[in-house]
Amino acid sequence: MSLLKVQNLSLGYEGKVIVSDISFTVNEGDFLSIIGENGTGKTTLVKGLLGLVSKHSGEIRLSEGVSQSHIGYLGQKNLVSKDFPASVYEIVMSGFLNSKRFGLFYTKKQKQEATALMERVGITKLRNRTFSELSGGQQQRVLLCRALCATTKLILLDEPTTGLDPIATSEFYSLLSELNKEGVTVIMVSHDVTGAIKMSSHIFYLGKTESFFGSTHQYLHSNVGKDIMLQGCPCDSCAHKEKEVKQNA
Amino acid sequence: MLDIFSYSFMVNAFIVGVLIAVCCALLGVVLVLKRYSMIGDGLSHVGFGALSVAAVLNFSTPLYIALPVVMLAAYFLLRITEKGRVNADAAIALISSSALAIGVFVASINGTNIDLQQYMFGSILAVGQNDIIISVVLTVLVLAVYILFYNKIFAVTFDEGFARATGIHTSVYNIAVSVLTAVTIVVGMRMLGTLLISALIIFPALTSMRLCKRFITVVISSVIVSVFCVIAGLFTSFYFDDVPVGATIVIYNLAIFLLFTCLSFIAKFSKKK
Ligand SMILES: Nc1ncnc2c1ncn2[C@@H]1O[C@H](COP(=O)(O)OP(=O)(O)O)[C@@H](O)[C@H]1O
Ligand SMILES: [Mg+2]
Repeated sequence: MSLLKVQNLSLGYEGKVIVSDISFTVNEGDFLSIIGENGTGKTTLVKGLLGLVSKHSGEIRLSEGVSQSHIGYLGQKNLVSKDFPASVYEIVMSGFLNSKRFGLFYTKKQKQEATALMERVGITKLRNRTFSELSGGQQQRVLLCRALCATTKLILLDEPTTGLDPIATSEFYSLLSELNKEGVTVIMVSHDVTGAIKMSSHIFYLGKTESFFGSTHQYLHSNVGKDIMLQGCPCDSCAHKEKEVKQNA
Repeated sequence: MLDIFSYSFMVNAFIVGVLIAVCCALLGVVLVLKRYSMIGDGLSHVGFGALSVAAVLNFSTPLYIALPVVMLAAYFLLRITEKGRVNADAAIALISSSALAIGVFVASINGTNIDLQQYMFGSILAVGQNDIIISVVLTVLVLAVYILFYNKIFAVTFDEGFARATGIHTSVYNIAVSVLTAVTIVVGMRMLGTLLISALIIFPALTSMRLCKRFITVVISSVIVSVFCVIAGLFTSFYFDDVPVGATIVIYNLAIFLLFTCLSFIAKFSKKK
């Protein structure tokens, strides 16, 4: 079932078009990676999907039961200042805001849900710790948990592993992968192309002049993607590529 | 000891002082954490300018001129800061000193009866019936906003981008905070002084952040610290004649800030061992 359908979308700031005429579809259970060089408008695209950047033309269609404010979001830069006083629990709970109009207290159901999600992403022990004192990897888990509190249907991550060391990065990736297998649809912007390819079912490549959308397999055989991975693709028709590599070597 | 309350002006000062302390603390937490501290400082100077001009023009209640002017200024200062421009600080500093200069200039024109000293450093005698009504209304408003929207205030303060993505109209919150701050400052500055009111906004939050590591505890601690300092300051200035109340309150705030800083070092030190 299609969860999100983007058609001929153009986005930009104050009259300046940054992203133009792009189309892609995300089905339930997909893992879509958005890749491309710096400054091609990936963050702008993500903000457009969330309704934070107004669109010039085209369409963003969300399936029934999903709304723009019901997308779990993990933004690009963690702008939290070093001494912000906030506990992990306070931050995780703020993910529920879209489902609650006002009040000082969260419902019992929300608290149980949060507890379960914290267990799921492995931050139960950090519950009462101060956010700013955690490591980068722990902080990203907390913010991921907050996004999951907003929804476990569709989460949108913008370069979530920037600034993480390789171990924290691969731990974060495997957590994402597992969540995806459990049914969470993921859209992730990434500059780490090889990492993204390993996990994604689909790739959206946003280049300066061209863009590409398709399954990861299609991407690896496309004009834009063929240079990325010359070996290791399991399909039969790729045999020629490995040969090419050997010949070149 | 309690003969202090047999003076009606002291009773007024206590009521307004405690209420303003609560508002300053609550709004201060948000302003400090959002790095809007400069706005508080700027607004007090604009308030001074507006009050002086209103007094010179012989308005019976200068408050009614100062309130809208400062609210408007709050909105503009917020916009300047929100855009994240490099020279936002500089712009605010310019606005504050210009407003201050205009105020001093107007107040010094011959034939006016403005007591500069009182405007700068505050006076208990400046508190009138109007102030009580306004500060009660203001406090009820601030408390209501804080309690009803506590979770959203936290979200907007902590991470505005995420809050916007989940559909919160963050600019409404920012405007609400700055307008409420404007009113707090105008009401508070005549008792506590133009130069000292912004300390009341900034100190309690900063002091609390020394020891408290959760948002809710910072909020609660700020209110307690703020109210304590105002009450202590009022008593002190009553029993030692001629000590201006604003300065006394700020000194209490400074003392508690230093105390909390020491305690946080001790806590850190003992944790390491
Ligand atoms: N708030 C903004 N106002 C105007 N232009 C912007 C804004 N944010 C980003 N841009 C411009 O949009 C382009 C794409 O930026 P961005 O979406 O952040 O790229 P990416 O995430 O792919 O690195 C850049 O050229 C940048 O200068
Ligand atoms: Mg980006």
